[in-house]
Amino acid sequence: MSLIAVTELKKRFGANEVLKGINLDIMPGEVIAIIGKSGSGKSTFLRCINGLETVDEGSILVAGAQLLPDEVHLKALRLKVGMIFQQFNLFPHLSAGRNVMLSQMVVKKTGKAQAEAMARRQLERVGLAHKFDAYPDELSGGQQQRVAIARALAMEPIALLCDEITSALDPELVAEVLAVVRELAAEGMTLMMVTHEMKFARDVCSRVVFMHEGRVHEVGPPEEVFSAPKTVELQRFLGHGHA
Amino acid sequence: MAYVFDFTWLAEYWPLLVKGVRITLQLILIGGVLGVALGIACAWVRALGPKALRVPVAIYVELIRNTPFMIQLFFIFFGLPALGLQMGEMTAAYIAMVVNLGAYGCEIIRAGIAATPRGQFEAGASLAMTPFETFRHVVLVPSLQRIWPALSSQIVIVMLGSAVTSQIAVEDLTFAANFIQSRNFRAFETYLVSTALYLLLAIGLRQAMGLIGAAIFPKRSAR
Amino acid sequence: MIEFSTWDILRNLIFAARWTVLLSLVSFAGGGVVGLMILFARISKSKALRRFAIGYIELFQGTPLLMQLFLAFFGLGLLGVDVPAWLAAGSALILWSAAFLAEIWRGCVEAVAKGQWEASASLGMGRLQQLRYVILPQALRVAVPPTVGFSVQVIKGTALTSIIGFTELSKAGTIVTNATFQPFTVYGLVALIYFALCWPLSRYAHSLERKLHVAHRGH
Ligand SMILES: Nc1ncnc2c1ncn2[C@@H]1O[C@H](COP(=O)(O)OP(=O)(O)O)[C@@H](O)[C@H]1O
Ligand SMILES: [Mg+2]
Repeated sequence: MSLIAVTELKKRFGANEVLKGINLDIMPGEVIAIIGKSGSGKSTFLRCINGLETVDEGSILVAGAQLLPDEVHLKALRLKVGMIFQQFNLFPHLSAGRNVMLSQMVVKKTGKAQAEAMARRQLERVGLAHKFDAYPDELSGGQQQRVAIARALAMEPIALLCDEITSALDPELVAEVLAVVRELAAEGMTLMMVTHEMKFARDVCSRVVFMHEGRVHEVGPPEEVFSAPKTVELQRFLGHGHA
Repeated sequence: MAYVFDFTWLAEYWPLLVKGVRITLQLILIGGVLGVALGIACAWVRALGPKALRVPVAIYVELIRNTPFMIQLFFIFFGLPALGLQMGEMTAAYIAMVVNLGAYGCEIIRAGIAATPRGQFEAGASLAMTPFETFRHVVLVPSLQRIWPALSSQIVIVMLGSAVTSQIAVEDLTFAANFIQSRNFRAFETYLVSTALYLLLAIGLRQAMGLIGAAIFPKRSAR
Repeated sequence: MIEFSTWDILRNLIFAARWTVLLSLVSFAGGGVVGLMILFARISKSKALRRFAIGYIELFQGTPLLMQLFLAFFGLGLLGVDVPAWLAAGSALILWSAAFLAEIWRGCVEAVAKGQWEASASLGMGRLQQLRYVILPQALRVAVPPTVGFSVQVIKGTALTSIIGFTELSKAGTIVTNATFQPFTVYGLVALIYFALCWPLSRYAHSLERKLHVAHRGH
């Protein structure tokens, strides 16, 4: 059974229909790369799956449960699906360790000692155990993004959504974040990531989704999508036929 | 509750309210224009003007901003005649409003000038303009545009503050309300109506400021 | 006629300034509590609550404080009780302060990056949890300087309560003027006492704001 099932998903901002009927099934352990031009609706798609945007039509099932826009259902959904943002969005008034502890204690009502142990484990996992007491503004962009990943992992989600998580980073910091994601993929975490890192997508992902004007325009294993794009739009996007 | 609201007095007294509104409008029109002019002059002094004037202007601004408008008004109307400066209540009200708005306007406009990119001054200088010409022709309008919302709010605040001029017998809207309630013994209703009129004045004034802004500033905002 | 020295005048005025200070404190604290409630309504998810808060703020910011004092004085009178001036003064000033504080604080809440709401939501926090643990702690930092700055407006606002008969610094000024026929000296001193109360707060607010800006740039 698929872990995330999206059926005929539509989303409008006013008169602007941004998602025009998206269908996608994701199996447990799959790593999906979402590519496409800016403005094609990639972020909106991920945000719908996390309940950050309300859905106009269609349905989203996560582990068999329907996404509904009330607080109880949203909370249940967000316990299952974590999200990492382009701008990290660490809480600036809390140390790295506290960032990872907060939602465990507040949302899951985990005890402090247990939350702290989990935070140390997850920071260790992203290679930042020594930064437990550092504040976000004392960390590099790459380190902040790794803390954000640890923060999401501490909630023990069954899937992670990553929206261009390396786009705000200086080039030399991209690798350390991708290494963490690669590790997660190897451990069997289900991942949906919007990315411009084509080499990474080719190496790590099980499937590549090409979005174009609010639709899934082409989808397939990376070898196919990258080596033999079927549609003109994807060829153009990948820069084929330019030479 | 047994209290029954009664607005029948309006039939008799509405002309007084209209007159009060007129005087309040007159106060804010004249006080507003001259006050903004004073504010611009003071902002120029504080940001770019002669050093000798900066400290006196700063003291003026701080004194006004840290004392109640009512006391400023009383000092001007009751206190200054002791120095031989006699004046009517309207004059005192105008002076108090101009002096008050001038100080707040100075701080607001100065912030707008401070946000001007350095290159603007340098461009002016490179075109052989004097510093004052650069201020007048290059810096001033975009600076005003930047702080127009804040300045508009301050003008509304000064208009609402003008209610205390009734205390020196300026026959503004509040004066009218005080007078009417002493005749009709319907104090609550009277103040309710005049408060509503002030609210309309405030809303209207804010819209007028928006229109004035749209008229004097170029469409593409300078930032 | 009794001769009043400048010192006599000043002593009387300073004595009355106690009431200005006390009324300011009460109004500011009460306004803070009510203002917080208005703030929560203003940023709530319920459209009706937001509408109410917007209307409340518009009403109190769009009408003269003097009118609000009159309405409190005569409005409370309608309830049949004999209204002491301090009660009308205190209630009007509290409601008035609340509107301004709510609006100031709303700005501070909105200054918190949108990503903070989204990140905390994506971690499963509910609205109140987001506010309590993520948004308000950050908003608080930026809220302190303008809040201190507003206390100056409250002190100046108390002057109007003399008009409905509350005896504080301004009222004392009028009384002493009537006794001494020295309006220039008396109102000059009254102004200086207000200045002595307000100016340190203004400076403090200003320096807090500068520190915040420096801290901001430092990061
Ligand atoms: N909150 C919003 N309000 C209005 N329009 C939006 C909003 N968010 C996104 N859009 C519009 O939706 C379209 C898709 O945006 P997005 O999902 O961010 O694309 P991508 O992530 O692929 O660049 C764009 O045209 C964008 O302008
Ligand atoms: Mg995007």
